[in-house]
Amino acid sequence: MCGIVGLHLKSPQLHTRLGELIAPMLDCMSSRGPDSAGVALFDEGLPGRVRLSLHATDGTDWEVLGRAMADDTGASVSVEALGDVAILDVDTGPDRAAASLRRLGPSATLVGIGHNMEIFKDVGLSREIIARYGIDKRRGYQAVGHTRMATESAVTTEHSHPFAPAADIALVHNGSFSNPATVRRRLEREGIRFDTDNDSEVCARYVARQMEHGADLGEALRMVQKELDGFFTLLVATGSQFAVLRDSFACKPAVIAETDSYVAMSSEYHALAGLPGIEDANVFEPVPEEVYAWTR
Amino acid sequence: MDPVTFSCAELSTRELNSALAGLPDGANVRILEPWGRHNIAVGLTTRITIAIEGNAGYFTGGLGDGPDVTVGGFVGWSTGENLMSGTIRVLGNASECTGASAHGGTIVVHGDASSRTAISLKGASVLVAGDVGHMSGFMAQAGVLLVGGNAGNGLGDSLYETVIYVAGSIASLGADARVEDLTDADVKTVRELVELAGFDHIDPENVTRVASARELYNFNALTEQRY
Repeated sequence: MCGIVGLHLKSPQLHTRLGELIAPMLDCMSSRGPDSAGVALFDEGLPGRVRLSLHATDGTDWEVLGRAMADDTGASVSVEALGDVAILDVDTGPDRAAASLRRLGPSATLVGIGHNMEIFKDVGLSREIIARYGIDKRRGYQAVGHTRMATESAVTTEHSHPFAPAADIALVHNGSFSNPATVRRRLEREGIRFDTDNDSEVCARYVARQMEHGADLGEALRMVQKELDGFFTLLVATGSQFAVLRDSFACKPAVIAETDSYVAMSSEYHALAGLPGIEDANVFEPVPEEVYAWTR
Repeated sequence: MDPVTFSCAELSTRELNSALAGLPDGANVRILEPWGRHNIAVGLTTRITIAIEGNAGYFTGGLGDGPDVTVGGFVGWSTGENLMSGTIRVLGNASECTGASAHGGTIVVHGDASSRTAISLKGASVLVAGDVGHMSGFMAQAGVLLVGGNAGNGLGDSLYETVIYVAGSIASLGADARVEDLTDADVKTVRELVELAGFDHIDPENVTRVASARELYNFNALTEQRY
């Protein structure tokens, strides 16, 4: 069992409240997943800059790393250090920034990269993780979050969701895949590298691979239905899209609430019950095998 | 009797259910601010009347043996799971597995019910005004499922003795389910169920009867002592 939450804000007035709105949803879903939690938040990026979400448990001095990366790349680097986590804003492209990080901060895990996206994820209760990194203070236009109860691979930060397989893509998954090894072998033959042995990471990298080949998010998710076997409710966000898909059995729950101001998604309704205007929302259960997507 | 009022905002689920269990037969209860809370009014064995004023979560009224529960909004998974007697009435939509394994009593959904409605039903009446989702009536053993709207794919898969009546269309039947001729007794049963539910859009003479084709049915414990 795992919990999923997501918010896609249509109303710009709510952007300053994204963290404040998603945090209690994530906390509520810790009943479905107490061992790890994470959230990807999307905000307007600055042109040309890339944002790196980093995690390290060896006491990495993020300021020192930031200065070293600035010297290495010749780009300006701003550092937001939050203990084991740091958000680095680098005035360069994602490939160059990631290469510099691998050279200079090999002990840091790159949990997410993108122009618009930052990711916080860690082991422990979502409530503790929200407080540790001040997630309720963050802003943005959409977020996808996850609370994990691990069933098929280790409980570590790297194994927790969201999985960010490419710039500005984040995927969260409730369920289990039955043929991830087959799909993974094929992706590896195509040169795709994996960080963990987690089945959801296979799905995330499969989605990213389809999009790299020109699919939009909806098409990539329809390909998931063809290629990946198993149980899933998936919530995936990109820089511009927010999409939900359930497998044909639909035995992993999902509920969507839509108003003029937002689209909210969760595994269970009570995670949505505190949202503003929820009493007037169109609340519905996504049907199996149908991609629900919103684009900004 | 004047209604007793409880707020989910002030009580844990355990506190709420303990308070409900302590009320005498005939009591009236209003439950406020349910906010999708799971397990409201579970395991009650008294004849009390409960109005949940809002949306409730999973297992609402489950394991009940006596109470009459009305939910003003929608409900989550497995409403009335293992119900023994009494009534659960949902004014909105219901999520998956409504009435799962319910042995007795009546569950009425005024909106739609999602997938696997009345799965493994064991004797209760599950009456849905709107549509039901895929695999409804799966392995249902006894009791009746009435669908006022349309039924999704795989209706009545691996049915035993439950009979399903559908007023609208059926996307597909599950394995070993078949459409049978409607008898006078069926019309009488549907008329009584429609009246019980308070539905006004179902013509008892124009429903489809779905029952087990008995090709897979192999549940006689005495046959050759194979069990």
